[in-house]
Amino acid sequence: MTHRPYTPWLFLLPGLAVCLMFVIFPFLNMIVLAFTDASALGGGRFTGVDNFVRMAQDPKFWVAARNSLLYLAGVVPPLVLLPLLIAMLAQKVVPGIGIFRTAFFTPVIASAVVVGLIWTWLLDSRGLVNNVVEALGGTRIPFLTDSTLLLISSMLVTIWRGLGYYMVIYLAALANVPKDLHEAAMVDGAGPIRRFWSVTVPSLRPTMVLIAALSAVNGFRVFSEIYLLSGGSGGPGGASTTLVMLIQSVGRGLTGEVGYASALSLVLFVILLGLLLITLKLNRREDQL
Amino acid sequence: MKLALRYLGLLSVLAISIGPFLWQFMTSIKGPGEDVFVPDFIPDDPTFSNYAAVADVVPVWTFALNSLGVASVNVVTNCLGAAMAGYALARLKFRGRRLAAVIFASSILVPFEAILISLFLVMRGLGLTNTLTGVVLPGSIAALNVLLLRNAFLALPAEVEEAAIIDGANAWQRFTRLALPSVKGTLVVVALFSFMFSWDDFLWPLVVLSDQEKYTLTIGLAYLQGTFVQNQRLVAAGTIIAVLPLILLFLLLQKHFFRGVGEGAIKG
Repeated sequence: MTHRPYTPWLFLLPGLAVCLMFVIFPFLNMIVLAFTDASALGGGRFTGVDNFVRMAQDPKFWVAARNSLLYLAGVVPPLVLLPLLIAMLAQKVVPGIGIFRTAFFTPVIASAVVVGLIWTWLLDSRGLVNNVVEALGGTRIPFLTDSTLLLISSMLVTIWRGLGYYMVIYLAALANVPKDLHEAAMVDGAGPIRRFWSVTVPSLRPTMVLIAALSAVNGFRVFSEIYLLSGGSGGPGGASTTLVMLIQSVGRGLTGEVGYASALSLVLFVILLGLLLITLKLNRREDQL
Repeated sequence: MKLALRYLGLLSVLAISIGPFLWQFMTSIKGPGEDVFVPDFIPDDPTFSNYAAVADVVPVWTFALNSLGVASVNVVTNCLGAAMAGYALARLKFRGRRLAAVIFASSILVPFEAILISLFLVMRGLGLTNTLTGVVLPGSIAALNVLLLRNAFLALPAEVEEAAIIDGANAWQRFTRLALPSVKGTLVVVALFSFMFSWDDFLWPLVVLSDQEKYTLTIGLAYLQGTFVQNQRLVAAGTIIAVLPLILLFLLLQKHFFRGVGEGAIKG
């Protein structure tokens, strides 16, 4: 015997305790609470599907769910395509490339709060971007005060922050694209654009699916960017609220409706799980090809 | 010609990536006499007085210390706790090992936002709301790190440890003297990302903290923006205080950063 029977459990104790207490238990408890009318003060009776019936009739839920889905749809295509183009620019080792790669990654390490504040200032009604727009002869754009533009501005911030992160993933994948494929295509007389679509893209399909999944899940979970850009309000009349913002504002504080917030959380979880399953399915189809 | 085009592209992306940071920095060193709404990139009369002034309106250095404390503890607990659990999963044989692995793997699948509210209830039950301990605990040993380290330990050759067993070394000695030093690379990645995630975290501290003197930098800054939005110089100075330590850390250890991101993505 190399160790006493309880030794492994001593090694596992801290990690298991944290995961069980702060992940698994709250998760199971969230599912139970979703079917109760629990408040922040505790208590709560079993109320069946009342929370979900209320949700179906709650315009705030539909606004938030719509915004979260729009967000996902808005950020995924640019985040799949743009970082690939940047990775192709940064792939070739030219003098100073290290500086460029490092600089491209900087927005990733800055917190969502820092990034949110920087862009709140840039997109302010009197900020730099509007000054440039005006100098070019346009009129000032209400980036942060119009609910649709606020959502779009926030998407742009999410995209800006994701460029460097997904670029690094693409760089790792591009290094594995066989060189002879490119050379063969060149011999066949394919131009750079043709080679991009018929060599680079097909060999990167699995990475693109992965990035689509990651950016979709992250896009659907958006909170900080929209919170910061709207100054915590979720836009005029809360019209730019996302699902996570709604959960946070419904469930928080002394007046928190824990039961209803849990029901919203359960819906969020089911949608995210759905996204994950779709990705797995796409990946499986990939393997069969 | 082709190379010139490539540099042109690289420079454009460079401007897009770090231009906003530079603009924020320039705003933070503009003096009170200068109109910050005029798009002048270089300040007429650069000054660092805004960095002192921001501390007069909010206790920004207290926020920074709170963030530093939370992030440092998070690094230690993640490296040690995740390494211990990862070692047991990879290197010790026992009944229930599969179950333990399943618990960690399913923890990864739970999105934090979905348990936000019920996690708050757990913290209230423990009497840890509005404390920095409450901020640290939920992420103190991330399941992802457990599995990362488990993989690292699995990759080690078995022979060395077998020799140590014959020499009579117990499991703890083998863990601290043989296994841990061999996974330094993974530990650095775990440490860096633990620090970064903790330093950058916003949603959880926002929910769990209520007193200003407990604030971490991220929620302190959001509060600063909400209250003193009129003085952009101060908000800008606050943002630079929040982002500068991370940029320095990143420049110092960037090789490990990139390796971590690349590896994480491939293992997915």
